[in-house]
Amino acid sequence: MRKYVPKDNVQGKAYYTDRFWVAPRVPRSEVEDAHFAAVVTALGDLAKETYVEIGQLVVHIDATNNVAVLKTLKEECGYTQCSEQSAVDYLAKDGEFELFYQLLNVNEAKRVRVVCRIKKGEAIESVTSLFKSANFAEREMFDMFGIKVNNHPFLKRIIMPDDWEGHPLLKTYPLHGDEFASWYEVDKIFGKEYRDIIGPENRDPAKVDRHDTKRFSRVGYEVPFGADISEGEKEQPVEYSETFLVDYNKKASKQLDERR
Amino acid sequence: MQVANKLTPFFENLNFERDDNTMVINFGPQHPSAHGQLRLVLELDGEQVVKAYPDIGYLHRGIEKMAENMTYNEFLPTTDRLDYIASTSNNYAYALAVEKLIGVEAPRRAQVIRTMLLELNRVISHLFFVATHALDVGAMSVFLYAFREREFAMDLMEDYCGARLTHSAVRIGGVPLDLPEGWLENAAAFCDKVDYEIEHTYGALLNENRIWKMRLEDVGVISAEDALSWGCTGPMLRGSGVQYDIRKEEPYELYSELDFDIPVSERCDSYGRFRLYMEEMKQSTRIIRQLIPMYAETEPQLMAHAPQYISAPKEEIMTQNYALMQHFVLVTQGMRPPKGEVYVPTESPKGELGFYIKSEGEPYAYRLKCRAPSFFHTGLLQELLVGTYIADVVTIIGTTNIVFGEVDR
Repeated sequence: MRKYVPKDNVQGKAYYTDRFWVAPRVPRSEVEDAHFAAVVTALGDLAKETYVEIGQLVVHIDATNNVAVLKTLKEECGYTQCSEQSAVDYLAKDGEFELFYQLLNVNEAKRVRVVCRIKKGEAIESVTSLFKSANFAEREMFDMFGIKVNNHPFLKRIIMPDDWEGHPLLKTYPLHGDEFASWYEVDKIFGKEYRDIIGPENRDPAKVDRHDTKRFSRVGYEVPFGADISEGEKEQPVEYSETFLVDYNKKASKQLDERR
Repeated sequence: MQVANKLTPFFENLNFERDDNTMVINFGPQHPSAHGQLRLVLELDGEQVVKAYPDIGYLHRGIEKMAENMTYNEFLPTTDRLDYIASTSNNYAYALAVEKLIGVEAPRRAQVIRTMLLELNRVISHLFFVATHALDVGAMSVFLYAFREREFAMDLMEDYCGARLTHSAVRIGGVPLDLPEGWLENAAAFCDKVDYEIEHTYGALLNENRIWKMRLEDVGVISAEDALSWGCTGPMLRGSGVQYDIRKEEPYELYSELDFDIPVSERCDSYGRFRLYMEEMKQSTRIIRQLIPMYAETEPQLMAHAPQYISAPKEEIMTQNYALMQHFVLVTQGMRPPKGEVYVPTESPKGELGFYIKSEGEPYAYRLKCRAPSFFHTGLLQELLVGTYIADVVTIIGTTNIVFGEVDR
């Protein structure tokens, strides 16, 4: 039977897992620092859960309160810079995205991370009115995860092309790109009618020809350099079209027939 | 929408002349002073910029995606490709984030070497900035002189790790190699050389140069409030009068033991930032000089001892069975940090380079976010360029010191 591969998370997985292994957790401590305690007091009911993890205060909030919380932090607690804002994909596990805002207080040299969760398909309110740095950060989050941001001045893809389909940092998106990605450049540069001639883009840098004895050695047994080991099996070379692309296999690169 | 293909290409500036008599022009992505792959769509009224739209993504390689598909040690060489002008600072920022996550501290000698390499990379990066910024603005000779000294710094890096651009000179838990013989003497000589050149060559050529000052003074003015709001860090923030340097405020490595100043400029313009870069180079050489005697006082251990996460030294692997077994597991499966999340900021030459790592106890990071300073400095351009003249656009791009490896990631 073929091994079951989950479709909701196609990222790298440990090939060896011990079912008795319980991963420890980074210690979370109570809020003891005077400044952080003042922050927690200022937030009041807006904060659902607060703790200190590796020297930084983490505040869990409701996603609907994000602007109110950040406004309090900025105006009352002196967190004048939003260093980073992005999301973590927990769709496979919880059907949710975890969003975080990383804030910096320049006067106290303290950092707070505001964490909230939204369901799939829900939108989040933009914080660009408070922190202009969120302009690019939220656009990137939209591009990478497809999370809509309400009242963003210019919510548009930022890193991927405007006509791209799919959101690359989702756990369902494979590392080497999906079907759309493999045809994108062919369609864009030559047009759809050339799909048959050119073929899909191969984004696997580790692709090897298993009958190639000139560049690759065998594992477990030795074969003479350049010997034909295909045993009549048809070779599948990397195909380049004669008319459109240079055939790097033959003309441009030089393959040695003799070992030097 | 046009159907764009090779025969009917797509022109972005099709509405070349519009009703309101503004012109849309495309700056980059192949413009020599676009610092790599920046594309700016500028709307011009005469020579004045009315609207600027920075378009990025031409160098996107999906580094954050790759991080989710690589073990922690595998990913380290990939961080070289972020800010490729100063690779070691990326390696270090990543290694430090993982070390914080697993609760490991590098041994003293590794710390000395790392701090020295970080400051050397700062000099490399700042020399590159001074050179290319002057070249962008039109001063050719500074480029030639600055690259000469940068070459010496690259030679030092090459002596240490064998690479000039993609160093990978830091490992999670320490450094891979000890300093080669004579390296410290060469580093000291390099510091003297750079200090002399900053004063007598670049400084003499630029500091009071009338043309240079005319091109830079009062160009690209950012108020302190704007700088904070736009997420500016590093020289961009200190150039606006906010004295915040992570090395000083949230010290990591040996910076708490070292004696150095944080230069700050109240001018808020490109010239102030240029002077800041020059001053920071002097501070970096000052730090390297202080580290040279500290090296001799350290024990020769280079990697932290944490068998669960970090392989034992080569001698132990070759002689002790258990060390070999652990090494085998770490190489084939990768380390499994505890569950948790961490955000670690470091002061890279460009500004605050931070890594956010979310670990679920797997050998692969569940999410890695690279907080790149240049990304936010690029975002600032859409406001900073409005109202300036087209001749100043190049100066302003130059002064932000953006590197596209880390903008697009």
